[in-house]
Amino acid sequence: MSTVASDTSPSLPVDSGPITAADGTPLHVALQRATRKARIRAFLLVAPLLAFVILTFVAPIGQMLWRSVENDSFSANMPALTAWFKANEAVQPGAGLDSDGLPGEDAFAALAADLAGARENRTAGVVGTRVNYDLSGSRSLFTKSARRANRLEAPYKAALLDVDEDWGNPELWGVMRRSSSTYSAGFYLAALDMQYDAQGNVESVPDNRRIYVPLFVRTLWLSALISVLCLVLAYPIAHLLARLPLRYSNILMIFVLLPFWTSLLVRTTSWMVLMQSQGVVNDLLVAMGIVSDDGRIQMMYNQIGTLIAMTHILLPFMVLPLYSVMKTIPHDYVRAARSLGATPSTAFWKVYFPQTVPGIGAGVLLVFILAVGYYITPALVGGSSGQLISNLIAFHMQKSLNWSLAAALASLLLFGVILLYWLYDRLIGIDNMKFG
Amino acid sequence: MKTHLLVVSAISVALAGGAQAATEITVMSWGGAYAKSQVEAYHKPWMAATGNTVNSVDADNPATPIKAQVEAGNVSIDVADVEYSDAIRLCDEGLLEEIDTSALPAAPDGTPAADDFIEGALTDCAVANIVWSTVYAYDTTKFEGNAPSTIADFFDLEGFPGKRGLRKSAKANLEMALMADGVSPDEVYDMLESDEGVERALAKLDTIKDEVVWWEAGAQPPQLLADGEVAMSTAYNGRIFNAAIGEGQPFEIVWDGQILDFDLFVVPKGAPNVEAAMDFISFATGTEPLAAQASWISYGPARKSSADLVGLFNDGKTEMAPHMPTAPENMQVALVNNFEFWADRDTEISERFNAWLNN
Amino acid sequence: MTGHAAPDAAPHAAPEPMVRFKNVQKSYDGETLVVKDLNVDIASGEFLTMLGPSGSGKTTSLMMLAGFEPATHGEIILNGQSINDVPPHKRGIGMVFQNYALFPHMTVSENLAFPLQVRKMSKADTEAKVKRALEMVELPEFGSRRPAQLSGGQQQRVAVARALVFEPELVLMDEPLGALDKQLREQMQYEIKHIHESLGVTVVYVTHDQSEALTMSDRIAVFNDGVIQQLSSPDTLYEKPDNSFVAQFIGENNRLNGTITESRGQTCSVKLDNGEQVVADHVVAGGEGTRTTLSIRPERIELDPPAGSQVVTIDGKIEELIYLGDHIRVRMSVAGTDEFVVKVRNHTGRKSLEAGQQATVGWDPADCRALDALAD
Repeated sequence: MSTVASDTSPSLPVDSGPITAADGTPLHVALQRATRKARIRAFLLVAPLLAFVILTFVAPIGQMLWRSVENDSFSANMPALTAWFKANEAVQPGAGLDSDGLPGEDAFAALAADLAGARENRTAGVVGTRVNYDLSGSRSLFTKSARRANRLEAPYKAALLDVDEDWGNPELWGVMRRSSSTYSAGFYLAALDMQYDAQGNVESVPDNRRIYVPLFVRTLWLSALISVLCLVLAYPIAHLLARLPLRYSNILMIFVLLPFWTSLLVRTTSWMVLMQSQGVVNDLLVAMGIVSDDGRIQMMYNQIGTLIAMTHILLPFMVLPLYSVMKTIPHDYVRAARSLGATPSTAFWKVYFPQTVPGIGAGVLLVFILAVGYYITPALVGGSSGQLISNLIAFHMQKSLNWSLAAALASLLLFGVILLYWLYDRLIGIDNMKFG
Repeated sequence: MKTHLLVVSAISVALAGGAQAATEITVMSWGGAYAKSQVEAYHKPWMAATGNTVNSVDADNPATPIKAQVEAGNVSIDVADVEYSDAIRLCDEGLLEEIDTSALPAAPDGTPAADDFIEGALTDCAVANIVWSTVYAYDTTKFEGNAPSTIADFFDLEGFPGKRGLRKSAKANLEMALMADGVSPDEVYDMLESDEGVERALAKLDTIKDEVVWWEAGAQPPQLLADGEVAMSTAYNGRIFNAAIGEGQPFEIVWDGQILDFDLFVVPKGAPNVEAAMDFISFATGTEPLAAQASWISYGPARKSSADLVGLFNDGKTEMAPHMPTAPENMQVALVNNFEFWADRDTEISERFNAWLNN
Repeated sequence: MTGHAAPDAAPHAAPEPMVRFKNVQKSYDGETLVVKDLNVDIASGEFLTMLGPSGSGKTTSLMMLAGFEPATHGEIILNGQSINDVPPHKRGIGMVFQNYALFPHMTVSENLAFPLQVRKMSKADTEAKVKRALEMVELPEFGSRRPAQLSGGQQQRVAVARALVFEPELVLMDEPLGALDKQLREQMQYEIKHIHESLGVTVVYVTHDQSEALTMSDRIAVFNDGVIQQLSSPDTLYEKPDNSFVAQFIGENNRLNGTITESRGQTCSVKLDNGEQVVADHVVAGGEGTRTTLSIRPERIELDPPAGSQVVTIDGKIEELIYLGDHIRVRMSVAGTDEFVVKVRNHTGRKSLEAGQQATVGWDPADCRALDALAD
């Protein structure tokens, strides 16, 4: 590191004015000219990788962030009503509404026109799904009303209320107004267990619907616990690996890396075979008389299952950075400390341990970030108490198809990880990290 | 009028058979034993009757290519076999041809198609061919002498101790919980419309929550039962049939409180041979082809009139009728999955269910 | 376990040695002995160097003394107490490592304070001692630097200061200058020697560099093959090597193989393999008929000695001349070997020499030692 720095920043005498090359051009210009070709070549070499990274990493993440605030299902398919909402910003609860708390005939006329359009284009389901995110039960309202849209006649307010009295729900109109804006923070609110009340104020959802915040907390807590468990288990192994003669450490390393070479599902499944209540571990415990046949320990389908399986799966990610750091710490340091009068534990904590901190930092960060994003393992062995936030992201990606909410949850997770990374940088320093 | 048109077109196709090149239609289904059952029961007889040919192709989910093909204006599929939720969604988004269900043939005894099909089997754009169901099954070795027989027994930990397997989703669980709590099937969805109904279902689920092992993939329940991880579990009936009859596992299905679902035929908008496709659907969902399919797989015909014609399983000795979700004795306490309800309420109820699950 | 009489019981007039290795053996694999039978007494205040090629057992012996390796057999005694079961941190022995082993995450001052802090010394005392130690090694301004910011020589000084700062009576140094360039190494040799003399500590020093050993030591123990070949002062070691290994390992050495024809106590007659008869100091055990290798230092040989002087002379031929400034290195073929080297002092009026020239070599019989035979 320091040699690179000294190569690229030669200490020039500052008091002798600008230095020029032999032909009189300023030296830094001449230098730049001389190295331009090399720099272009270097850039061309990394260009494929750059393109690959942008295409497969930056773009999808950008798209995810975009999707978490952008949803045009309503505005694109309900143009007239969207325009009406824009033109009548002031019409809010308490101002400009009819005595029944609803907007006037012009709004309903716009709605009727849009419903007719939606019928034509068969987009009522799309709009209904969007409104339904915020107001349950609205999807069928849209599909049903669109089906009858061509039979609607003025006055539209009465006609629509006749089709379904739900059109007279002031909350629905509040939801439609919010859905009509293409960009909204609504999905982030939902991802934080919050919602708009009838007046449009932000409020917490009722306790029995709070799900994402507790899950975020659980995810962070379990990931932290897994990181600590991995650290506690990996530290001695990595130390042993770093100390053993190469011939033995290679064999041991194969055992450490073995999980890498097995598919995630196979590993998870083998944990299931081992840990389920009729599994190998419980059978052994029963056979040895440690637990009774009725008292088999539940190690699967709960938090313990998630903890054990994920600790196992992520262990190599802790061992490798630790090993690579420990490998570079000569045995002489501990010996020196001992010869200077330090007890084995003082020598460890004051001399050896501080030097492994870069490896610990890298390992913990790596394991933590991976753990935060895992979902196959908790889905298979976590039962209900071992679920992580990723399982709900997957749920919204694959089952409920509410991609905007999934994106908001994933973005929150991303921000959380970036925040932790920043904290880590402030506390320990990213330069101090060594991945291997 | 439409019937007339169809008949005319059928006749004209039949007449033209000799002179004109026969039509080839493409039918996309799910592959495996299920597609085979369709080839045997629908495709071959239809080809024999009309002289047309059927090109059978498989997909992981036949609904997936439809949206892409229709939007690209390059549709190659004439008929697709899709799930209920996809049928409704694709229809709502204008990606399917509407099907005139009044043109479907009546039952042999003259019952009109609209009455012959099980309720919910006919929609604007889709005609159901089979019925599968979510049931619960138990390991007979665990309950010798005193076997569970009702949906209430599934929730009775004292009478029938042991772990329970449940799918990790609100769907089916809430309905079963209410039925077990004494709600009659036709009131289940009305009750779930209200928060009180949802809470009542969750309260019922609370009574077994500590003993539940949650599953997600259809292959898991038979495995959990075989491993002894659970004493009983909800499952898809076909999976249990395969394990019990096909592999000889000691599993028994309890049909009480089953929840029925459909697979349906749809025609993508702009399909190359819409008329032949309609004719194929009309033929395939007739009483006899539906009954014939049941001898190849334990999914029930969507027509009531087919039930009496269901014969033996292709092992030649297993009577299929009692294994059908649609068998009258299995239908005593049964519920048809209400897709409209779930389309409306899924977000809200899933959130509530997930919150309940994680607390 | 040892079966020997307790060393304390022996009534000696001589002062108690500070360190005593008593029949110490060491094996790592249970099959071969790395240290075969070590018996050394090290006096208080002495500078003793363990010298030998790599794998000779010198570092292992040092590690056993430091406590990092247990002795397989035998006893190590420090100040009259067996320390076999004393862990390293209770031995109170300072140590300087080959790569200094300065703790990279601590500043120089923190490194120096470390041994004082683990001894629970008060903060004021610690600071004073660290300051004094830095002054001793002439680095008073460097306390707040990290080891990585120091040059190799500076790191070396800090390492020495750290090993001394807690005032141990005994300091071990394991090839401490190995990583330095030649010039710095020589300078550090004098500095370490100087510190040793001014503080009066006992130093056990391990090196494979014979000139370093000769420069610094009071006594040198030459190790080979797990055995001390000779333990004596530098001049004795150079001038009176006990065996061919020592003669060969220390300084430059001419070897002539022959057979003892007659032993006369201190001296003997040797018949060289080419038939010449010479007289030499009789060092090797064994009388008439014993094979021997004669050892003669190049600078003790005279070219064309004046006739009649009391020297042994043999005829030879100059093969090669190398001009080295203060002297000229002359390679000759003598008595069947063409690796016979003579150093001719470059003084005014020396005879002119040329390759191919015939010349007589001559030496004082006292400078020629008949040692154990070496195979060619």
